[in-house]
Amino acid sequence: MKRKAKTTLWIGIVLVAILLSMMIISFIYIPHDVNEMNIQGRLQSPGGGHWFGTDNFGRDIFSRVMEASRTAFAVGFVSVAIGLTGGFIIGASAGYIGRWADEVLMRMVDALLAFPGILLALILVTVFEPSLFQTMIAIGILSIPNFARVIRSGFLQFKQAEFVRAARGLGAGHGTLIFRHIVPHVISPVIVAASLSFSTAILIEAALSYLGLGVQPPDPSWGRMLNESQSYISKAPWFALAPGIFITLTVLGFNLLGDGIRDLRDRRA
Amino acid sequence: MVFQLQRQVRPLVEIDQLQMHYPLGGVWGSKQSLKAVDGISLHIRQGETLGLVGESGCGKSTAGQLAARLLEPTGGRIFYKGEDLLRLRSDRDKQLRKQIQYVFQDPYTSMNPKHTIAGLLEEPLRIHRIGTRSERKAHVRDMLEQIGLNESYAPRYIHELSGGQRQRIGIARALMLQPEFLVLDEPVSALDVSVQSQILNLLKDLQQRFSLTYLFISHDLNVVHYMSDRVAVMYLGKIVELADVLDLYESPLHPYTKALISAIPAEQRGQSRGRIKLQGEIPSASNTPSGCSFHTRCPFVMERCRQEEPTLKLIRPGRRVSCHLQE
Repeated sequence: MKRKAKTTLWIGIVLVAILLSMMIISFIYIPHDVNEMNIQGRLQSPGGGHWFGTDNFGRDIFSRVMEASRTAFAVGFVSVAIGLTGGFIIGASAGYIGRWADEVLMRMVDALLAFPGILLALILVTVFEPSLFQTMIAIGILSIPNFARVIRSGFLQFKQAEFVRAARGLGAGHGTLIFRHIVPHVISPVIVAASLSFSTAILIEAALSYLGLGVQPPDPSWGRMLNESQSYISKAPWFALAPGIFITLTVLGFNLLGDGIRDLRDRRA
Repeated sequence: MVFQLQRQVRPLVEIDQLQMHYPLGGVWGSKQSLKAVDGISLHIRQGETLGLVGESGCGKSTAGQLAARLLEPTGGRIFYKGEDLLRLRSDRDKQLRKQIQYVFQDPYTSMNPKHTIAGLLEEPLRIHRIGTRSERKAHVRDMLEQIGLNESYAPRYIHELSGGQRQRIGIARALMLQPEFLVLDEPVSALDVSVQSQILNLLKDLQQRFSLTYLFISHDLNVVHYMSDRVAVMYLGKIVELADVLDLYESPLHPYTKALISAIPAEQRGQSRGRIKLQGEIPSASNTPSGCSFHTRCPFVMERCRQEEPTLKLIRPGRRVSCHLQE
């Protein structure tokens, strides 16, 4: 059991580390110009200077995948930041104040949660102009309920803890109680939630972009590459495979990381 | 106030008809409530130790938490040096909170496991903005010496310490603000017997050194006997007997007190006395019996006890009992 959890965690860490370094390297070095077209060399199979082959305009697929990883990570980070901030404000208020505040805020969260995620994202993105920025905000709002619930349950649990009551008895103010006593205990479940939210964000971004409502050209995106590859699926299957594999590995990596941390934490508790 | 004035000075703490009723559910606000503390009155003199005994669930911990302001009572008043603690301006409230401190039964759950010992001891000072960083550190070092530990414990965490050491830290933390009145809620009942005596002696020692006043809560009659000057016996949210410690152990008046005292092994009492065994369980505090709340278990129950609730009457100076037999 212990070994299994450790393995999960390590596979997650390794996958995330590889993808993260690929994203960082893309700022320094990309094998080919991502927009350099070559009509003679279109739909080349992998090999011969093009690791993942070329697309319908003869552009290097690996370079494009690499550049698109920036978009994926940016969407992940920004939407997690939005979700975490919104989720903390809602979840902490609901859990700490309790009573009516809890009822009102959590019913709002439930309402948000009752919407199918992708549908809500579609509405948000179509109401405004589809763009990278809108996509990040839409996905960020989508991840608020998840964070709000995790943070609320932590607050509910630790608000009643004896050491919190003891501090209150000493005359500690709300700020001290929240940030010195409760928050340190809520951090580890939040890290797990953040990791899982990160992979969901990347997946939703890919889905929106595939539908043409997410990241718009010229920003590269794995989802849009999948869309573009669709017409050539039988002639050039590697075209679809490359972004597909990277989406899968990124989502898998962050899920394993999150699960691994959770298992480790649960055992210690 | 109807207290018998044995001395002319006003008691340090006066508790008057203190109540803690928890409402029980009910969409339409039903009248039922759980009476954890149901109108207790007592006073604690400067420098003494008042023992508060009773079995689990009788409300003694709740009473202690009310006295230390960890809970807000639903009724009654608490006076500290004549000031009504429940009607204070917030700045005065914060000042008086420094003077009244509470020591928890379980130091492990009452202190944040993510803070170091130094952090835990410093926290009361930080909350009340006392001293500079280095002064606070010096105070922490000094306090660790006072309670029989030393500086080397400062960077450790609470889970690294033994039960006795943890309780020393719990006491140290309560003393950081130089309080006058300490509520000790079963401070030794989680400890081994050998460690218990060390902690009890430390408490007696500290009481001398810092001229502290204690409200000592326990279910252990031997421990209460050792620590207290006077003892209040609680049953189902009420005080049933109040007496000087020797008086109470020599000649208990209330049938409940008699039963408790008779349960102490004979060798320890130095004389043998018939054991009074109580039948049944303590009734639920949400559904208290009519009349005397002890009548369901009392071996001397009379018809009057089922109808009429006895009051805590003064039998002779310093001695109060709530029983129809004592009339």
